[in-house]
This record gives sequence, structure tokens and C-alpha cells, in this order.
Amino acid sequence: MKRQTALIAAILAAAIGGAALAQQSVATLRGGTPLADNADPMVIPKVVNTDLRQVRNYPEQPPLIPHKIDGYQIDLNANKCLTCHSREAIEISQAPMVSITHFMSRDNQFLASVTPRRYFCNQCHVVQTEARPLVENGFVDIDSVLEYVKNQQGGSD
Amino acid sequence: MTEVTRRDVIKAQAVAAAAAAAGIPIPAAAQNLITEAELTDLKWSKAPCRFCGTGCSIMVATKAGRVVATHGDAEAEVNRGLNCVKGYFLSKIMYGQDRLTQPLLRKRDGQYYKDGDFEPVSWDEAFDTMAEKWKKALAEKGPGAIGMFGSGQWTVWEGYAAAKLMKAGFRSNNIDPNARHCMASAVGGFMRTFGIDEPMGCYDDFENADAFVLWGSNMAEMHPILWTRLADRRFSHPHVKVAVLSTFIHRSFDLADIPAVFTPHTDLVILNYIANYIIQNGAVNEDFVSKHVNFRRGATDIGYGLRDDHPLQQAAANPNSGASEEMTFEEFAEFVSEYTLEKAAEMSGVPADTLENIAKLYADPDTKVMSLWTMGVNQHTRGVWVNNMIYNVHLLTGKISQPGNSPFSLTGQPSACGTAREVGTFSHRLPADMVVKNPEHRAIAEKIWQLPEGTVPDWNGAHAVVQNRKLKDGEINCYWVQVNNNMQAAPNMMEEGLPGYRNPDNFIVVSDAYPTVTAEAADLILPAAMWVEKEGAYGNAERRTQFWYQLVNAPGESKSDMWQVVEFSKRFTTDEVWPAEILDANPEYKGKTLFEVLFANGKVDQYELTEKAKEYGNHESEDFGFYIQKGLFEEYAEFGRGKAHDLASFDTYHEIRGLRWPVVDGKETQWRFKEGYDPYVTPGSDFEFYGKPDGKAVIFALPFEPAAESPDDEYPFWLTTGRVLEHWHSGSMTQRVPELHKAVPDALVYMHPDDAQAMGVRRGSAVKVESRRGHIVSRVETRGRNKPPKGLIFVPWFDARQLINKVTLDATDPLSKQTDFKKCAVKIVPVGV
Repeated sequence: MKRQTALIAAILAAAIGGAALAQQSVATLRGGTPLADNADPMVIPKVVNTDLRQVRNYPEQPPLIPHKIDGYQIDLNANKCLTCHSREAIEISQAPMVSITHFMSRDNQFLASVTPRRYFCNQCHVVQTEARPLVENGFVDIDSVLEYVKNQQGGSD
Repeated sequence: MTEVTRRDVIKAQAVAAAAAAAGIPIPAAAQNLITEAELTDLKWSKAPCRFCGTGCSIMVATKAGRVVATHGDAEAEVNRGLNCVKGYFLSKIMYGQDRLTQPLLRKRDGQYYKDGDFEPVSWDEAFDTMAEKWKKALAEKGPGAIGMFGSGQWTVWEGYAAAKLMKAGFRSNNIDPNARHCMASAVGGFMRTFGIDEPMGCYDDFENADAFVLWGSNMAEMHPILWTRLADRRFSHPHVKVAVLSTFIHRSFDLADIPAVFTPHTDLVILNYIANYIIQNGAVNEDFVSKHVNFRRGATDIGYGLRDDHPLQQAAANPNSGASEEMTFEEFAEFVSEYTLEKAAEMSGVPADTLENIAKLYADPDTKVMSLWTMGVNQHTRGVWVNNMIYNVHLLTGKISQPGNSPFSLTGQPSACGTAREVGTFSHRLPADMVVKNPEHRAIAEKIWQLPEGTVPDWNGAHAVVQNRKLKDGEINCYWVQVNNNMQAAPNMMEEGLPGYRNPDNFIVVSDAYPTVTAEAADLILPAAMWVEKEGAYGNAERRTQFWYQLVNAPGESKSDMWQVVEFSKRFTTDEVWPAEILDANPEYKGKTLFEVLFANGKVDQYELTEKAKEYGNHESEDFGFYIQKGLFEEYAEFGRGKAHDLASFDTYHEIRGLRWPVVDGKETQWRFKEGYDPYVTPGSDFEFYGKPDGKAVIFALPFEPAAESPDDEYPFWLTTGRVLEHWHSGSMTQRVPELHKAVPDALVYMHPDDAQAMGVRRGSAVKVESRRGHIVSRVETRGRNKPPKGLIFVPWFDARQLINKVTLDATDPLSKQTDFKKCAVKIVPVGV
């Protein structure tokens, strides 16, 4: 509890004034715990399992996995993900089909099936836990940037 | 009207700040000049990835002074359009809300004070304070009292400028990169076996090999894009075999035809067994061996790189000895003959038929083998030996320097090769594999640098682990850390690192983009421009040099590490830092600033500002008034041209997706030491290992010796540390990307379910992981991606809240001085949290 408060305080300090306030502790990720001390570890958070797709930060971003993948086999013998996400499977599963880029070889030719270079799905696609960010991230997507630029030009839309 | 959340407010502020930085007028003015098409048009530029040593090329989209998207570069040979999950989120690494934007100095009552609070100060005050401390230390104790710790994440010219300032300006070789923790054993292996650093092969080997053998490397997580090339080859060509050797099961085992979990440190035994198998089964390539190989017996019982008064050091017969003596092939055969299959199986715990299957891959003359290794081999108290021994089996069979036949040392950092190794930012090195102990090498450096004879000191500086020891002992008093998080990364934090930084005699400066654990341990924090906020160059694991432009401006007052080093040099004159004898003999250098002597020297400043690309910013060149990156690079490139380290011209690299050195007559080199591929090989010699005077590589006879610390009754578990796919190194960038943080938020103690059950804990239980040196508190994971055998735990080190290096041991390879982060003894105590 005490640690949580310190964490929130550190985040707020960072968000409000950058590092402008005089302080002993600056390592934001540690939430105020002195370097020599050990905070109580966070409880292992649950994996988000809503099946609700998230907006991508930009079109090229690999979509996040909105469900649990505990025990999914992806190895020499089988790829569990493709049982729902392959071209043939989606009519039944109603899951999104793997992107067409995933059928392209290293030489940009389309193959008969998913390219082996994309075989290990979790090199790019990851689940999300319910853990809260330690620090806010100020990335803004292109729509926000365009909207801002337009507004500055006095555009009406 | 929708509810405005705090997040919306932060977004709006960020956009406003970005627009202001980009010079977009805030009041509506000239609004009709920009058309709709121009609005939606993104500017795409190339840049190498900020993370690992693979060196993927990234396309970066910018708009209104912000990075708005990134994706894998389809034109790049390395990754052909792919990224790993970290690479896909590069767009967000610069936008953590706690970016440092101004220097911060520990103060009390308006003065610097060691235990004061951090307060914002101007660059002038920061540099004034620093310079005062540096001058005092230099005057009172000499160059040995200052030190610098850099990185394989320095750009080429950042590392070059820093090394030049330290070695030629301050005349101190106490500069080392964090690559010491990462690649020093690989360097040691290369220099000992071949006399020249870095892999002979290249990534094209992935498309040509028939078998891959991983020695202590979890490529699936640590080099994901190279893993895609390996997986592509394995799945597309069913005859291909993959062997994975490790001390615990990890994701790379998912692709293993031949999995092998071995007892820590017994890789030494397995490799000698394979050499023995090759010899016993007549698989030696006798023609190759007779023409291109020498045999030598290495010194043994060499200690563990601990403090000299440590009992293990005192017990060693030949501490730190890399000596060796000639031997014959027959004597080598006799030496390895004791490493029988039975002995190897017994000591390693790997089934005999598995060991034999791995040996057969090497022995079969028709199987092209690519061996791959990283930290399991390098972070090893016999790391140089294991590197040597992997080369042994490739040299015995002649499987080297040809497409698909490739002992390939993978690299952990984006420019461990390009900067730390090639520029020579190690405490014993100079550019192009030269060393400070060699008077001819120093003379070459002094000539290229246009400096008086005797400027470069002839003593080996303090390496990473010794720097921390000397800080603790009060022998190094001024210390500058750039682009790395060594308080979190270095071993034995509680006994060495933290007391060293907080020693009241010392003044510690940390340059970083974010307030890291290391920054918190500092006295002065300098805000750094990162990645595409500056023009840069990295060199990857296959000798490929890649450039990028400054694509956006750094926030606030942050500046690149190179700017910081060069600007700092203006505050010193030669009279203050050089001895009278050098100045009396060379009076033309008297009264000059180090900036004038090192950077405005007629070479580094010879390229006009007008030569830089018009459409990109360049905050350093604009400040200094000349195209400094080009000047530094071209001066640096002089070291390697004509010496088998040839780099292309500066301008070339901005146009293409990198080239693999040596670049001779505009052509890169894919396979070194092989006639037909490498222009440095003498015609008619077929192979030539020209790093050695007689053109022959060396096979070393080296035995098994035990680890520095092994489990016992009191500390019954092996602790091994490492990385995870979603975070890079200490997590200082990736922990600030919400998607990556939420994917893997916390470090966990990966352990065998039976071990957990035996001590009455289960998944999620809080435990104390404790060694003789320190402890952390974490939680048990028994079902995760890493599956250790009984008696071993794995804890990743990315988590700033769980500093596992409080627990590790600062034992190093006595030859490479690289820490063994993979082996120490711990106990696990359940705690009721």
C-alpha cells in the first residue's frame, strides 16, 4: 500500500514537472524504493482475456493478443495459434486471419501457406496482463498529430 | 461530449510540445499553404534498431517533429521487413513521460553536496562542477583517478570521441564499455585463435547451413529476427537439424531436433568430447589442419578474476594467465582422449546418444554446421576457453569461412561490434584491434591523431569490474557513465557497485535519456538525446556498419553523448592535463584546449556544415559549426583502411543498408579468410588466417575446470540470469512502453515445480533469493517459458524493482575480465508477502 502510494507520487511528479522538483529518488521505475532496499513484489497479474481487439498505435504494429495463450504449443510439431487464425480456420473460429504479409517469403513472394519465418507467433504478438504502466508514455498517433496540425491552421473539421 | 481523461490531457500536451519543437506556428498563420496531401504524407527514413546486435533496419515515419510509426525495412538484407515485438514498438521508446530534459545535480543550500537532493542546473553549472572535480583528481592523483564507462550502444562517433578524450586528452586508459559484460570473452576468443576480432562468416550462413548448434544462446528470445532466418531454413529444408544446448529449457528448444540440458560449466567437457570424437572417428580434415592450423597447450588453473585477496585467487597456480606453448596434433589428440563419451555424459548429465548426435553433426563432412553462441558462453569464468574450444571443432573439420560452415559469435548490443570493439573503447584497446601496451600501436594512434609521441598511456586501464572495485576503494574518484545502466547491470551491486558510487570521495556522472537506477546512484545526471534524436552509426554482429540521420529533436536541453564529450573537452587546456615533459618537447601544443587538440584539429573539423543533409537536423554540428560526425568517422576510418578493417566512405553509408567490412574497392566481404571471398587472402593460399603472423589459426588444448561458486548445502541452487524477449537489457526503454511492460511486467523466479513443491511454495509465492552477497524478493514461476531443471533457477535482470545483481558474484573470466552472470549459488527462502 505504502509502495503503491510512492509509485503514484513518483508518476505524478514525473508527469507534472518532469524532474524539476528537488528529490533524492529519481528512478521512476522503482517507485521510491531506495536502491539498497527491496519492495514487496507485485502479485503476478492476470492475463487480459477479453477477446476485445485493441486499437493499434500505427498500422504496422502487430496486433496484441487479447486472450490467454497458456499452454499453447508452437514448436517443431504444431502451431496452436493457426488452429483458429489460419486462412482455413477463421470461418469456424471467427478469429482474425493472419495478415497476408505472413504468406510472403524472404524474397517477397507469396507462398502456398504461412511462411516459416513467421512461424513463431509470439516473437511479435504478445498477451497483455492487467499490470498498470509504471510510467505514462507520451507517444501520440498520427491522427492526433494531423488533427493538431489542422487545428493550428484554422481548419474547421 | 465525451469525458476528457488524464491521458487525453497528456496527449494534448505532448502534441503541443512537439509542434512547438517542430516550429509549427501556434496561431493560425499561413494556414492555406499546406494542402491535404502534404498533411497526410509521412516522411520515412531508415535507422538501425536501437536494441540488440542483430542490426535490423527500421523505417521510421515522422510528422510534425514526432515519430509516429516504425516498421521493418523491406530493403534490408538483415531483416527483410521483419521486426520482433520490441522493434515494432520502437516508435514509443523516446516518449516515456519521465524523459530527462535538464542536468540534475545533487545539492544542498545551493552547493553540490554528495547526499543532497537532485536539483535542475544549467549545462554550464553541470560542466563547471564536473571540470572542477576532474581537474582536482588529475592534479592530485593523476590520470588513474578518473574513469569512464561507456557502451556498445554508443554510436561509432560517440565511442570514438569518448575514447579519444580519455586516452589522448586526459591520458587515461580507464575507459571501458559495458560490452565488457557482454562480448569480452568473444573478443578474447577471436584474438587468441585468429589474432583478429569478429566473425569470419555472416548472416548468409543461415540460408546455407545444414545444421545449427546453439551453445548457451536463447536466440528465439534474444535474437528473434535471426531466429526467423534459422526457423525459415529449418522448416523449408527438412534435412536441416537444430541442436540446442543450455543449462535450462527455453523457447529455442521449441525448434530443437536435438535438445540438451547440461550441468552448468560442463560445456568445457562436451566440447572436448566432440573434439575427441572427431579425432577418434577419422573426421579430421587433415589437409586443412596441416596447412592452416597450429596446436597449442594453454595454461591452466588461472583463477576467477576476483579481488586478489579472495581465497580462490590465492589458490590459483597461474592466475590470469593466457600463456600457451606449442604442441603437436598427436599431443592434442592425447589431451582430449580422456574426454570420452561416458565421461562427458556423466559430467554433463546429457544422455550419451544425444552427445553423440551433436558430435556427428560436426564430424560428418557433408553437413555444413553453423554454431551460435552468446552469453551462456561469454558470461563464463572460462569464456575465452569455450570460445577457443568451439573454434577447435570447426578448425579440426575445416568447417569455417565458407557459406553455412560458420562458428558465429552473436552480439548482444547494437554496436558492441561497431563501437565497443572496432573503435576500441576497451581499457586495453585502440581502434582496429590495436592495443595500448604495444608501442607501435600507440605510435600509429598518435600519428593519426596528430599528437606528440607519448601522449597515449602505455598501461592497461581498469576494466568494468575493476572500475567498480576502484570506486569502492576510492582509487577512481571521477567517473562518467554514458548510455548504460551499470548499477542494475553490473554484478555484486551491494558489495561493489553501490558502495563505489556512493563513496563520499567520488563524483559520479551519468548521462542517460531516462532516470535509471544508475542515474539515481549518481551525483550529476546529464540528459541525453537518444536513437534518432541524433545522427548515428552502429555496427552489427556480421560486421555491417549502418548509419542514420537525426530525425526528430531531443526534448528539452538533452544532447547526444558525443556533444557532451566534445563540449566538456573545451574546459581543459593541455597545460592542465598533460605533463610538462610532453609540452616542453612539443611547445606548439601549449595553452590549447583539448577541444582544439582533439576535435578542431584540422581533420575532424574539415567538413563544412553545408555538407550535412539539408532535410535533417544535426544538433551537434550546428553547435560546433562543422560536420563533426563526418570528421570523426573519416579520421577513425584511417585506422582500419588497408588493415583488413576497411570501411567505405562516410557518405556511402547514408545511402545504403549497410556494408560488411572489410569494404575494398566498394565491395563488402561476406566470408573472411577464404580465397575468392576475402580480398586480403593471398592468392593460392585457399584459406589464410592473416590475423596471425604465419596465417594459421590456433587449436587450443584446454581442460575442464570448475565454476567459481557452485551450489552447496547452505546455498543449494544455481542462479542464472538473463533477458526476456519483450525487454531489452535493463528495461530502461522497454519498461516505458506500456504494451511491452504489460506483456512482461515483473521479473520472476523460474524454477522446477518439484523444487517449489519441496519447499512448500507454488506459482506466485513470494520468495527471497539470497546469496552470500545480497538478496532480492520476487515471485515463483513454475509454468512459464523457461523450464529449469531441478537445482537451478533463472531470474531475468530487466526489472528495476528486482535488482538480481544484488545477488550475483563478480567472478570474471581471468583472460577477458567478463563476469559470469550465469553461475552462482543461492538459497530460496519463502516469505509471507
